[in-house]
Amino acid sequence: MTDRRRHHDMGGLEDGPVKVSEHNSEPWEKRVDAVRSLLSDEKRNLLSVDELRRAIEDLGADAYDRYNYYERWMAAMANILLQKNVISVDELGRKMAEVEARQGNKPI
Amino acid sequence: MSDHHHDHSHDGYDVDPLHHHPPQPDLEDTPLTHHQVMQMAVAELLIEKEIISADELRRQIDFMDTITPARGARLVARAWVDEGFKSRLIANSKAAGAELDMDIGPIPILVMENTPKTHNLIVCTLCSCYPRFLLGIPPDWYKSRSYRRRAISEPRKVLAEFGTDLSDNVGIKVHDSTADMRYMVLPMRPEGTDGMSEGELANLVTRDCMVGVSVPGTTSAS
Repeated sequence: MTDRRRHHDMGGLEDGPVKVSEHNSEPWEKRVDAVRSLLSDEKRNLLSVDELRRAIEDLGADAYDRYNYYERWMAAMANILLQKNVISVDELGRKMAEVEARQGNKPI
Repeated sequence: MSDHHHDHSHDGYDVDPLHHHPPQPDLEDTPLTHHQVMQMAVAELLIEKEIISADELRRQIDFMDTITPARGARLVARAWVDEGFKSRLIANSKAAGAELDMDIGPIPILVMENTPKTHNLIVCTLCSCYPRFLLGIPPDWYKSRSYRRRAISEPRKVLAEFGTDLSDNVGIKVHDSTADMRYMVLPMRPEGTDGMSEGELANLVTRDCMVGVSVPGTTSAS
């Protein structure tokens, strides 16, 4: 039988022991989370939990495995903002180049 | 605290070649990763477009820092000392939280009570849904592939990996969270805690107990 599951749908599959690991959230991870919360609130209503989940699942198996947790969130959030024309590809590319050019500056 | 206790100043450059500090780059000095650059770019664009403000962003981060498992523990301890509250918490956690001036957030949370016969465990097999308004940000292992895969098929083994060995007489119910429905475990009050105050009881309730990978002991975890 062909397994028709999508990549994220992993409940019940076999795996090794759980690595009981954790780390304190890094500042950039908190900022990803905070922006997500703001975009999801009643004032903005630009990003529902389901939309974020769908966008994470749509990253594809390769990115899903390669990116860490908040990287997935970040990539998915950016994709949603692009799809909704809140930001454009052009704006994002230019702004990222600007941020890179001043690497080392303290983030907002 | 560092364990070295040489008497020297850190104000200037340390030129003594025999006195080598291990490399500890400041976070600000590490090159940003692609996704970190993207994060800053998106945040700045959203601020420029006045969709969010820098102030809102800071306040949101401050608010998130205040949400810890102590919130869930407070509900559990109250439920242990007040049967009526326990019933209300299980029936409607949002209303019960409001009794303690606690907002459990926009997504419903079902409180699952452990009994001598049934132990509850929560997971999100599809992603990482978690009762964040009561427990804060989920730990890495909760989001790990192994936990997501195995919690529903071999929960007893998974619990053993957390050092929790349940008797075979105890059944395990696993609750798979979704974007629209979250769960929290109401652990059983440990034996020998009769004389404890509500605050002392709350200190026994760890995050892991409320996820269900652990059970409370009789001494404070903190």
